[in-house]
Amino acid sequence: MDFRWDLVWESMPLLLEGAWLTVKLTAIAVFFGIIIGTIMGMLRITRTPFRYLAAVYIDFTRGTPLLVQIFIIFYGIPAIINTSLPAYLSAVIALSFNSGAYVAEIVRAGIQSIDKGQVEAAQSLGMTYTQTMKYIILPQTFRRIVPPLGNEFIALLKDSSLVSAIALEELVRKGNIIMTRTFRPFEVWFAVALIYLIMTFTISRLVALAEKNLRVGDSA
Amino acid sequence: MTTNNNNSNIIQVVDLYKNFGKLEVLKGITTEIKVGEVVVVIGPSGSGKSTFLRCLNYLETPTSGDIIFNGEVINPKTNLNKLRQDMGMVFQRFNLFPHKKVIDNITLGPLKVRKQSKEEATEQALNLLEKVGLSDKANSYPDQLSGGQQQRVAIARALAMRPKVMLFDEPTSALDPEMIGEVLEVMKELAREGMTMVVVTHEMGFAKEVGDRVIFMDDGKIAEQNSPEELFSNPQNPRTRSFLSKII
Ligand SMILES: Nc1ncnc2c1ncn2[C@@H]1O[C@H](COP(=O)(O)OP(=O)(O)O)[C@@H](O)[C@H]1O
Ligand SMILES: [Mg+2]
Repeated sequence: MDFRWDLVWESMPLLLEGAWLTVKLTAIAVFFGIIIGTIMGMLRITRTPFRYLAAVYIDFTRGTPLLVQIFIIFYGIPAIINTSLPAYLSAVIALSFNSGAYVAEIVRAGIQSIDKGQVEAAQSLGMTYTQTMKYIILPQTFRRIVPPLGNEFIALLKDSSLVSAIALEELVRKGNIIMTRTFRPFEVWFAVALIYLIMTFTISRLVALAEKNLRVGDSA
Repeated sequence: MTTNNNNSNIIQVVDLYKNFGKLEVLKGITTEIKVGEVVVVIGPSGSGKSTFLRCLNYLETPTSGDIIFNGEVINPKTNLNKLRQDMGMVFQRFNLFPHKKVIDNITLGPLKVRKQSKEEATEQALNLLEKVGLSDKANSYPDQLSGGQQQRVAIARALAMRPKVMLFDEPTSALDPEMIGEVLEVMKELAREGMTMVVVTHEMGFAKEVGDRVIFMDDGKIAEQNSPEELFSNPQNPRTRSFLSKII
């Protein structure tokens, strides 16, 4: 049986359409994931009762499968409050919520890796907790956590394929559709894998570039 | 709570205790720092010198006792950020902000805490850099500087807040020997200008040249204090004698 490159080629327009949705979902989830993760990561190490809230969120999210989280948000919650959530919105919520927990752990570890002397120097200048975080700790943390954040976003991009389970036509779902039309699993999944590879490779190059550029330059 | 109305005291320490869990580190310290005075604190490692210094600006919260700054007893309602603006601190390991240029290290406090204008803060920072002999390093990052240079920037950073008192915690003990002199010079200059200083250091030359008083700390207490000449040449306490014999 020969490999039909023409089929790979013909699948591309539809697959790229799916890939575009994959990229959109991932980008939105990364955006909210960083916001949620930064807040939760910081709360996790404050001495307020909020740290328990953050711990529950992080442990729950990391301790349950993303697919189950997607089902809870798409089927579970609407069933209880008697409404329905569009698949797209459910996917965005589930992926952001999931990514936030992993980012929170990265942020927490990043903050804790900053030398204690930095906080003391900031405090000795009379800076408040918020000022210390904003000008001293978080900027150094973000520089330091670029590589693990990059890994997390690559993982998220791949995991976003799970939203195909709620009928969102992202890359994997499109692959499935073409598959049922052509019955050529090898070519189709090869093409899908190739597109994922190009996307993940691009992210890791961008991350490496960001890492290099963050070494220098900063304005107060 | 009554305060001693002796206005020449910028800091008074009254029966200060500090425990870390079960470990008693400071065991009843009472002393005062006069305006313009240069007090040198010496003593064996672990005797509580750093803890004493850090209690003065409340980086550590005392277990009991009082710190009276500028006539006001520090209490739970005191604005500690305001207090710390008036007490500059220089650390053994510099603790410069590595992600900021030298100039931004120095202007950050004045800009964000003192709310000075950008022009004012920058001009002041450049003057301070000139004072510590580092005018050409304004746009360098800390990791491009030697240890001695970093410590001089750290001093400039603390001075930029226009503190009433400067606290130094072994400012030269992380430095290569050939860099100690340049940092001590800056500190001596500061002392001559009349800055009130509390300096933990074992640099006897510094103590003799600009010190008004030396405190010898041992096991969480002030074991002896006197003028540098008296304390070094004629120590009364056997612990002081044995300590001095080891470091000279
Ligand atoms: N944050 C802390 N937690 C627990 N123990 C501490 C802490 N800081 C200092 N100590 C202990 O307090 C004692 C005095 O420390 P320190 O004030 O640093 O002494 P010195 O500066 O004279 O060497 C030491 O035994 C030290 O281990
Ligand atoms: Mg010490």
